[in-house]
Amino acid sequence: MRTEFILNGKKVQAEIEPDILLLDLLRRLGCLSVKRGCETANCGLCTVLMEDKPVLSCSILAARAEGKRIVTMEGMQREAEEFGAFLSDEGAEQCGFCNPGFIMNVFAMLKELDDPSDEEIKEYLAGNLCRCSGFVGQSRSIRKFLSYKKDKEAGI
Amino acid sequence: MLKIKNYVKVKSLEEAYELLQKRGSCILGGMLWLKMSDRRVSVAIDLCELGLDGIYETEEEYQIGCMTSLHELEKNESLNSYTQGALRESLRHIVGVQFRNCATVGGSIYGRYGFSDVLTVFMGMNTEIELYHAGRIALEEFAKGGFQKDILVRVIVKKCPLKMVYLSQRNTKTDFPVLTCCASLIDKTPRTVIGARPYRAAIMEDTQGIMKSFICMNERERLEAAESFSEYVSEHVHTDSNLRGSAQYRSHLAGILTGRAWRQIGGMADEN
Repeated sequence: MRTEFILNGKKVQAEIEPDILLLDLLRRLGCLSVKRGCETANCGLCTVLMEDKPVLSCSILAARAEGKRIVTMEGMQREAEEFGAFLSDEGAEQCGFCNPGFIMNVFAMLKELDDPSDEEIKEYLAGNLCRCSGFVGQSRSIRKFLSYKKDKEAGI
Repeated sequence: MLKIKNYVKVKSLEEAYELLQKRGSCILGGMLWLKMSDRRVSVAIDLCELGLDGIYETEEEYQIGCMTSLHELEKNESLNSYTQGALRESLRHIVGVQFRNCATVGGSIYGRYGFSDVLTVFMGMNTEIELYHAGRIALEEFAKGGFQKDILVRVIVKKCPLKMVYLSQRNTKTDFPVLTCCASLIDKTPRTVIGARPYRAAIMEDTQGIMKSFICMNERERLEAAESFSEYVSEHVHTDSNLRGSAQYRSHLAGILTGRAWRQIGGMADEN
């Protein structure tokens, strides 16, 4: 069957099998930032934005994405680089495998929550697992990124 | 691995019901549990274009479309104020936001999963479900099982004076619950639902009438009733063992969570 959707701002068409998962189609289309980490819909590594909402691409049929706007980290390079600098400054990551899914969910959180508290940040990102670290560096980098964004908006 | 031969985005519930009669067909919810199975599906029926993904409120009830995501439920201010935050509490521990943006209320309830926080919390309210073929039935009846293949169209919460508290125990954050507990006063009638026993959620019958006049009790009497019902639940709840916990541990937890929930409903400060 044939499907069409908007991937990172561009219309794409693809010939798909009825049971192909969005994750596998996105990787086939060259979005290798999207990863499969667990097979049980728990790790958050496959997070992409569908109509601006973070979803697990490992659990959505590609057919269901028809006509929808899908954004992967390939479509957010500038933003990812900006936030990525904060992650690396805090030494937040080691192997980096969970990084794209984590960053996509951070962006979704910033869109959904206004000035989140530490507790809200923890809850929103609970579905992103990192097996190298203890999330402390990630939390630090988010707090610093939030205050940098605030200063930037205030023109400081 | 899940195999799907045909995928159909249906244009009407009638079309969906017709397709559902075919052998090996299946309605897609959020697909999170289905994806983990080894099933071979002849026709995967997708209801995503029928506009069933919303929460509508009338004077008498909330009508929740089967395709409404758990995260939408969690964010709905009106439902959360109606349940004093119990609905949000029941959902926020389920994996992560991305998972809850995919998982649907229809899929969660139709599956009548033993581990379901969603089934437990809705059974703590005056809830009916609307099945396309069988019509409206009380959720607690549906939960007992024995219905034919049908389409869960809506979850309906009938409004009435409600006080409720939801508690769950997890071995680790974001995991399946070891036990779930929802205590509520539905129009002054006490109800305690215990789920993840690991069997599906069920109402604990108060055969001794311990909680019967809870609403009229003074604080001391409420404390005593909560204590005594907690012991009753612990002794009478039907539990079993699995990887997450033993039957003995679950029965103990059921009592503890019941006591805590009723002390909270009764307005008494709790240790937790």
